[in-house]
Amino acid sequence: METKKSKTVWKVLGLFLILMLITGVIYPLVVTAISQAAFKEKANGSIIEVDGKKYGSVLLAQQFTGDEYLWGRVMNLDTSTYTDENGDTVMYAGPTNLTPASEDYEKLIAKRVEKLRKANPEKADEEIPVDLVTVSGSGLDPHISPEAAKYQVERIADTRGMEPEEVQKIIDKYTEGRFFGVLGEKTVNVLEVNLELEGILK
Amino acid sequence: MSNVAIQMIIYCVILIALAIPLGKYIGKVMNGEKVFLSRIFVPCEKGIYRVLRLNKSDEDMGWKKYAVCCVVFSIFGFVILFFLQMFQKILPLNPEGIGGTSWHLAFNTASSFVTNTNWQAYSGESTLSYLTQMLGLTVQNFVSAATGIAVLFALIRGFIKVKQKGIGNFYKDMVRTVLYILIPLSLVIGIVIAAQGVPQTFKAYDEVELLEPIEVENEDGTITTVTKQVVPLGPAASQIAIKQLGTNGGGFFGVNSAHPFENPTIFTNLLEMISLLLIPAALCFTFGRNIKDKRQGRAIFIAMFVMLAIALGIIGYNEQIGTPQAAQGTTVAMEGSSVYSGGNMEGKETRFGIATSATWAGFTTAASNGSVNSMHDSYTPIGGMIPMLLMMLGEVVFGGVGCGLYGMIGFAILTVFIAGLMVGRTPEYLGKKIEPFEMKMAVFICLATPVAILIGSGIAALLPATVGSLNNAGAHGLSEVLYAYSSAGGNNGSAFAGFNANTPFLNISIGLVMLFVRFVPMIATLAIAGSLAQKKKVAVSSGTLPTHNAMFIVLLIFIVLLVGALSFFPALALGPVAEFLQMIG
Repeated sequence: METKKSKTVWKVLGLFLILMLITGVIYPLVVTAISQAAFKEKANGSIIEVDGKKYGSVLLAQQFTGDEYLWGRVMNLDTSTYTDENGDTVMYAGPTNLTPASEDYEKLIAKRVEKLRKANPEKADEEIPVDLVTVSGSGLDPHISPEAAKYQVERIADTRGMEPEEVQKIIDKYTEGRFFGVLGEKTVNVLEVNLELEGILK
Repeated sequence: MSNVAIQMIIYCVILIALAIPLGKYIGKVMNGEKVFLSRIFVPCEKGIYRVLRLNKSDEDMGWKKYAVCCVVFSIFGFVILFFLQMFQKILPLNPEGIGGTSWHLAFNTASSFVTNTNWQAYSGESTLSYLTQMLGLTVQNFVSAATGIAVLFALIRGFIKVKQKGIGNFYKDMVRTVLYILIPLSLVIGIVIAAQGVPQTFKAYDEVELLEPIEVENEDGTITTVTKQVVPLGPAASQIAIKQLGTNGGGFFGVNSAHPFENPTIFTNLLEMISLLLIPAALCFTFGRNIKDKRQGRAIFIAMFVMLAIALGIIGYNEQIGTPQAAQGTTVAMEGSSVYSGGNMEGKETRFGIATSATWAGFTTAASNGSVNSMHDSYTPIGGMIPMLLMMLGEVVFGGVGCGLYGMIGFAILTVFIAGLMVGRTPEYLGKKIEPFEMKMAVFICLATPVAILIGSGIAALLPATVGSLNNAGAHGLSEVLYAYSSAGGNNGSAFAGFNANTPFLNISIGLVMLFVRFVPMIATLAIAGSLAQKKKVAVSSGTLPTHNAMFIVLLIFIVLLVGALSFFPALALGPVAEFLQMIG
């Protein structure tokens, strides 16, 4: 009886090690090999590289506060977790996890509303798109809604001395529709719009 | 609002359309029937069995041996994962040089992944090396899911077999589940999501220039200018595919499937969201097929689906309405349109908006998956209460792969017993008499979750130290504690993520809750399987309560809600309900 039991334990260990080899080594290596061979750029972080300089990842938001830029979702910056090889701070971001039903939250939104009203006086009578006053789920949401982009067109055009139509055209270029026209929501990629406004993307 | 309803309906239709054929396929795999992948995998299977030297005594195990195998297998997984985390600093594949974790975090994470919970008291990108993620977590994502499915197979055999002792071969159930079901699906989904932008690489993290530098004020008043952003990478796609399919849910990155690198497009979201409920839904049809009465599987599926649909409706409605605190009168536009989601967008991604975020919240807490594509902590009070309630029901509204269905069968046994008491008949289910032994075990299955949640959160709420972990004050703070223990007690793993759970007390107590609610019902289920297999089949008579009709479905839903509501109503009243009243007051 004793030997039978210990045999079972060894067999179970054997099973674990075999499954570990299949699922923890072979499987991830196969996916990596195929991804790196077939779509290298996507599998390495979708980096925007122009003339050897890395301007960001298409998928990760950067913070914009200048009047000449399209603003994205409000960012909850994390400048304490990561540093580069010289020990300098490197930016990352995360969600707030605040309840949207508290008094503190009400005050927070009021402050953000005031800031937007001040920056976009030509839109004083219009409702503010909710994505401009809230922090996203990842904290790194690269998108805003087309409505939120439209809200900022005149400010950007005025600051840059461009026609509003030109700005809107760039926004449209980086607007993506819904999946099959129904699923998800329409989005504008904020970083790509700003890189094109700066003449880096064409 | 119609936007939300239309999207939810489409998601559910896709889910059902895929679950039915997959259920049939899994049924064939369970019995070792021929499937289209047999030609590739039969030789692999035979090779593995030869290496393991399986013999006759393994062929048809009694329930005790099957249970011992499950537990020993999980112990090996636990030990390996525990030491991988502690010693990752000196192990290879750690380009960021991340240090070993504390012992209590290692205990918590090992418990979490071995029990198919994937509660995470850490952020993957800053705490774990590529090796730990791949050889530790990815492996557990597969095998903890496979263990759940194996136990379900054993239970199904208990209903099929007549006057026999054995309930199946643990080794074969595990190998077949991994090879024929989990690996092929994960390969397809892993590669597709990598093509959409989910990283899959062993390179170190990248750094990019910021277009507009950021000025950060330090504590001493000086200003630091930050000019670079970190781009975290890793073998993410392969792990994310299985974390969804196996109802695991542990994120490669801290913010889980809200992170644009875990879930970059609406298409990846569709794949991941369907995946996370696909196998639990399919198993209902597997169950019906393999006990040779499809109506029984369909009845359980409908009972689960009705509860899910109601939950989706309530979450979607509340999130679309948003809160008066965010609306600021009529200053902020809360109403949606075709170019704009509106609603409560705090903690939600623009590409997902309200409809897709709310659907995911319902799916992930119905299935005991626990991955999130929006932050549940920032849901409206009632919108956040429903996901919590889905977990409190014991993860039987689809639930985890395998374990959700065997939990629901526990409730079905409870239902026939109560119905039997009301009309004075001997209860039977699927041709097997339900006697005191089965009832005792079914009570273990049904009550493990409520007991663990209430004791755990009760003790935590009493301790002064817990206050330091809260991210929000007042009623919402209690909701954070309650959500944490509900998540552990349902083996779900999602979180009101503002809650800082990485403290020794919380790591250990939440770890123990997860182990308790995983293994007590699992062993009780195997005991039922063993007992049923030995019984003879009773013929259907006029005294038999039919278990496939609308009457039974309603009764089953009623019993599930009754156990959940009675256990949790007081706690919910003090948390989300109180917050809701404050919000509108």
